[in-house]
Amino acid sequence: MSEFLRSYQTVIWFGVVAVLLASLLLGLASLVRPVKPNREKQLAYESGVDPVGDGWVQSQIRYYVFALLFVIFDVEAVFIFPWATQLERYAGFGLVEMGIFVFVLLLGLVYAWRKGVLRWI
Amino acid sequence: MVAQNIFFAIFAVIMVVGALRVVTSNNVVHAALWLVTVLAGAAGQYILLSAEFVAVTQVLVYIGAVMVLFLFGTMLTRARLGEETDLNNKTWILGIPVALLLFGTMSYALIDSFGDEKLPEDATVVSTQVISDQIFGPYLIPFWALSFVLLAATIGAIVLARKD
Repeated sequence: MSEFLRSYQTVIWFGVVAVLLASLLLGLASLVRPVKPNREKQLAYESGVDPVGDGWVQSQIRYYVFALLFVIFDVEAVFIFPWATQLERYAGFGLVEMGIFVFVLLLGLVYAWRKGVLRWI
Repeated sequence: MVAQNIFFAIFAVIMVVGALRVVTSNNVVHAALWLVTVLAGAAGQYILLSAEFVAVTQVLVYIGAVMVLFLFGTMLTRARLGEETDLNNKTWILGIPVALLLFGTMSYALIDSFGDEKLPEDATVVSTQVISDQIFGPYLIPFWALSFVLLAATIGAIVLARKD
């Protein structure tokens, strides 16, 4: 096993501890707690008021635009990470390179803003 | 190498089970969530291949962002959400030859190009710095072209989603 993969053992142990701790605490709690379900307790929590209708509804198309903008700026973030590791070496030239990339993507955000899809009615 | 093989097998089993549940699940939202396990397994495989940056990108973009888009996409459709409906189409039998053809083509391509070549015992780790030098060096123009692709996707989605 290479040095690189050996360093990922930490990640595995972290995951194992997380799963074990959660199942141990929840299992222990289920052993000692009283179980008396009734209708009020089984209701979905909706900020303290009784929920209306079904949880499975069609969502508005408005959310879709936000999800798509999120995907695009997530992809942008992915490219900023490698750039950030070499930021000092690239100096001003790197700033211009990334500036052009971000500027072109910002045009999309400005378009969304001007078309009013970012406004929440 | 033994530990690598064991983890490869674990990830592979998780991915196959997840992929089977994606196509057999009768609830579209559950199918989308099973896809998360497949994508996470792929991220694990990238780590085993010492491709750290690709693995992180897989988690960040695919599990983080594309799955959100998938879920909103399915919630926008008129598919009956949350109900156990029979999602299987009557033409599913036609899918079998297509799947076999795809499997055959991919196996042929892999065996033809790699044969019994083995991965090096101590694969060199390509650091994020090296990837950065590639993007901001020889691949600068494709990188900028990519920003225009993303811009086109943004504007296209806004045009499609607007009511007027």
